Amino acid sequence: MFSKILIANRGEIACRVMRSAKRMGIATVAVYSDADVDAMHVEMADEAIAIGSAPSSESYLVTENIMRAIEETSAEAVHPGYGFLSENAAFAETLDTAGVAFIGPGPRAIAAMGDKIESKRLAEEAGVATVPGRPGVIADAEEAVTVSNDIGYPVMLKASAGGGGKGMRVARDDDSVRESFHLAASEARSSFGDDRIFIEKFIESPRHIEIQILADSHGNTIYLGERECSIQRRHQKVIEEAPSPFIDPETRAAMGAQAVALARAVDYKSAGTVEFIVDGDRNFYFLEMNTRLQVEHSVTEMITGVDLVEQMIRVAAGQELTLSQDDIRLNGWAIESRVYAEDPFRNFLPSTGRLVRYRAPVENDQVRVDTGVGEGGEISMFYDPLIAKLATFGATRDDAIAQMRGALDAYYIRGVQHNIPFLSAVLAHPRFASGDISTAFIEEEYAEGFSTGDLVHDDPRLIIAVAAAIDMRQSRRRGQVNGHEQAPGKQIAIVGERDSIEYTLEISYDDGDHIVMVDSDRFVVRGEWRPGDPLFRGTVNDGAVCIQVERCGTRYRLSHAGGQLDILIVSEKVAALNRLMPIKEPPDMSRFLLSPMPGLLIRLSVTEGDAVKAGEELAIVEAMKMENVLRAEQDGTVKEMLAGEGDSLMVDQPILEFI
Amino acid sequence: MSDIIRQLEVKREAAHLGGGQRRVDSQHAKGKLTARERIDVFLDEGSFEEWDMFVEHDISDFGMADQKIPGDGVVTGHGTVNGRLIFVFSQDFTVFGGSLSAAHARKICKIMDQAMKVGAPVIGLNDSGGARIQEGVASLAGYADVFQRNVLASGVIPQISLIMGPCAGGAVYSPAMTDFIFMVKDSSYMFVTGPDVVKTVTHEEVSQEELGGAATHTSRSGVADLAFENDVEALLQLRRFVDFLPASNREKPPVLPTEDPVDRAEQSLDTLVPANANKPYDMKELIEKVVDEGDFFELQPDYAGNIVIGLARMEGSTVGIVANQPMVLAGCLDIASSRKAARFVRFCDCFNIPILTFVDVPGFLPGTSQEFGGIIKHGAKLLFAFAEATVPKVTLITRKAYGGAYDVMSSKHLRGDVNYAWPSAEIAVMGSKGAVEIIFRGDIGDPDKIAQRTEEYQSKFANPFVAGSLGFIDDVILPRNTRRRLCRALRMLRNKQLENPWKKHDNIPL
Repeated sequence: MFSKILIANRGEIACRVMRSAKRMGIATVAVYSDADVDAMHVEMADEAIAIGSAPSSESYLVTENIMRAIEETSAEAVHPGYGFLSENAAFAETLDTAGVAFIGPGPRAIAAMGDKIESKRLAEEAGVATVPGRPGVIADAEEAVTVSNDIGYPVMLKASAGGGGKGMRVARDDDSVRESFHLAASEARSSFGDDRIFIEKFIESPRHIEIQILADSHGNTIYLGERECSIQRRHQKVIEEAPSPFIDPETRAAMGAQAVALARAVDYKSAGTVEFIVDGDRNFYFLEMNTRLQVEHSVTEMITGVDLVEQMIRVAAGQELTLSQDDIRLNGWAIESRVYAEDPFRNFLPSTGRLVRYRAPVENDQVRVDTGVGEGGEISMFYDPLIAKLATFGATRDDAIAQMRGALDAYYIRGVQHNIPFLSAVLAHPRFASGDISTAFIEEEYAEGFSTGDLVHDDPRLIIAVAAAIDMRQSRRRGQVNGHEQAPGKQIAIVGERDSIEYTLEISYDDGDHIVMVDSDRFVVRGEWRPGDPLFRGTVNDGAVCIQVERCGTRYRLSHAGGQLDILIVSEKVAALNRLMPIKEPPDMSRFLLSPMPGLLIRLSVTEGDAVKAGEELAIVEAMKMENVLRAEQDGTVKEMLAGEGDSLMVDQPILEFI
Repeated sequence: MSDIIRQLEVKREAAHLGGGQRRVDSQHAKGKLTARERIDVFLDEGSFEEWDMFVEHDISDFGMADQKIPGDGVVTGHGTVNGRLIFVFSQDFTVFGGSLSAAHARKICKIMDQAMKVGAPVIGLNDSGGARIQEGVASLAGYADVFQRNVLASGVIPQISLIMGPCAGGAVYSPAMTDFIFMVKDSSYMFVTGPDVVKTVTHEEVSQEELGGAATHTSRSGVADLAFENDVEALLQLRRFVDFLPASNREKPPVLPTEDPVDRAEQSLDTLVPANANKPYDMKELIEKVVDEGDFFELQPDYAGNIVIGLARMEGSTVGIVANQPMVLAGCLDIASSRKAARFVRFCDCFNIPILTFVDVPGFLPGTSQEFGGIIKHGAKLLFAFAEATVPKVTLITRKAYGGAYDVMSSKHLRGDVNYAWPSAEIAVMGSKGAVEIIFRGDIGDPDKIAQRTEEYQSKFANPFVAGSLGFIDDVILPRNTRRRLCRALRMLRNKQLENPWKKHDNIPL
């Protein structure tokens, strides 16, 4: 076994790998860019080596710099995590030549599976079902149109070197093929430095289900069941689970057998994932093989009890698998939510910055948090905006969902925008609960984008009751300054836009419990909360709740189930006077084009005096390597430019004004 | 007897009606509450003791003889906020437009005199059209009587003005001399001369709102400390604010029991100061993570953002916070920020409120506008304020403390009681680059040499140890332990006694 390994990655996955290595008694080496000097993975490692400046192309992707770190620390093996160099055959080759073990498959398997066109050919040879398409690189937009017509619409354009949804676009007619071809190629170039594109049939409403395999260098290959990753947004996985609510044992066995056959065909060793798309009749087609540890591997670990990282390290050290196919039993249900720094209410635009406040839910047998940042950490514009992977376990799918909803309620993040409201909404969605999902789930259920109206609320009176209990605690304490305790009489909770909704409150205190009458309903609120605590944990009418509490001036802001409620609690008299307060309209910003995110203004497509039509491109803002096209929402004439190309924009910064 | 009681009831009713239902409705239509409604929101329910409800003016000119309304346009008295005694006057716009008559002024003076005797804050809720013109000079005398009391009460009892309607002409000077001015957005304004006069004299066209609205005074002029959305919010916030204040200069600040642990470590503060010395960070994060329950009542947030001031609590006890804000103008001191902080420091010193100072200051803002504007004297105000303050003074240098600005920011040399530094602190005459370009002027043509010298200077002064070796810094503390260390320092200073030499008063460079 190795005595020291280097983890050629950052963030949560670097920390994840180190955890297993430490448990196995293996020393760990972290590498880090200038942006990651204070990162958690650096702190966690036994040694840490700087490998360059912040952009990954100058640090985490530079083989020579990693090799230098290996030399400096005499690490015997390298775990690449996912992304970066994890599926780079040349890197695996270089390690091989240097006599350093690569904790992953051999260069041949990486190369074969890394190229989507090549991998499809190999899969067909190995007897694996594949999606109809043309196995070849497309030269230009016109060829893309011809090929698309041969296959039949809809089609999918994919970056040959792609992954993670980047450089993938669906097209349903000739025009959109042309447009998509250029966009996909340009995204592929900026993300992978390789703009080759291929085209295949797009299967409507499919499920994304993948098989985890594990192989050693002694000819043993097993599969560890499936994961369903159908909840995707723009081909980016958001929520994953294992097992799949759709797969029966026969299909599982058939998929497993094909996955194993493909792995054998390329002499695969290490952990790997064979991705399939599955149609409504449980026909499955090979999508691609990921020759690395997947982001969502933790759900498989939770239901199989197998530590995949440990297994990868053992295999890389030449050990034989001690697990046989019969040892793999699927127990219970696991769900994973990817907590991203992005704003779900603004079309999921990436958010960067400092995690001013960060409290993850408490980990236990049911809750697992994989993260690479802590409070005070930075979500950098240079890397993936993943904050953490939150995984929960239950005996049944319903249990796992309930655990997840509770854990999301307890997840306290301030400083960057995050997608927890969205995750909470999906987890509470009846269709998700029914298991009737597909990769189009998000598109279909949130066709107009995600808004606060999509949140699934509990009874707001439950939240109001908690606010009342908190307020009582506060006002009792304020009275203590002067020994003046005044039991509040009837009070009114005011909520809603323009203070439009009122609830009558009567609060009494009974042996540590607050008995709150909200209108005519009784709520018994019991819980731990001290002024200043970000979380109220307790029960309301014996149901467990976890509610985030903030003080906003005279109001309480309570967050629960992804929603936020600003509550003002006052006496009846004050409530009556509050009704006299004027309703103020927010300033009209509709005449302005506002930057929807912090980023770089890379193009202004219009100039002063231009008449624009609704849908016309106005500007392009680049953020997180994604080019975001801002379009006119209605016809109009440009009055004044308020920002110039090359400007760094803040969120909501006006770019131009219409007449 | 019963006849008298009946008369009393009639008079009370008349007083409560103020200027009549029509005017009350009109006040409501403007989104404003009446004088009594405001008191109801502000004070603890049922605590208000009204005085002088039956005071009327004694003018008979201009047909005033038959226009008498009990109370004469102002409601005065005392009550409690969370059980603590407060005096209040609330001008009634429904009665003669809230205009100030001699009788009206006498009512205000009466509660101010009483507040001074018993040592309790005076809160003014201003909503007045100005002087009672029918009374002529008597009204002006009334203003002056209030001004005189404002001045004598200054530093003895807290005085707060909440502007809830017009406040123009001479009337502005009473609020101007109180400790804090709060305003209500869109329904209050303050100016010495109104838009009409401005137009006649200077030909400038300006609206009331633009000339003296809440936005103008909280962001451009710095006259007002805070602005609130509406009357109810303003009054509820005012309740929160007075919770922080001692009742008079004879008292220590109130203590709000807290369960926030003194030794609460905040690991994330270790990464607050970025590795790159030119990168800003938000000083308010430090403040909110250090003070009790993260409850920081910031004042003047929209004015001179390069310095942050406000009240918070440590171990339940009120502290005043002054902090450079690297997010705005790199946290440098200029005219506006010096004036803003100086007045606040003096307020804290008046009322025995310890001062916590967080320093990250690269120096004074250079430029002709600053010099021509008199930065020398304005900057000196802050220096003067810190130097004369005898309350406990605890200072933490987080990053830069350069040049004269280092001295100003509650340094050890200005009788700072406890002066700490984070490991990231740099206490020096100036930044390394500038220093080297002066010391090694001859080497300026040689970039390699300059770089090497800069490196040397940087390694010598870009740390807290030189200042530490001279005793200017009492200790270098870990950011995560800031709350514990500051609480201990303040606890040690709880019974601090320090007096300035006897003088009639000082001569601060106004």
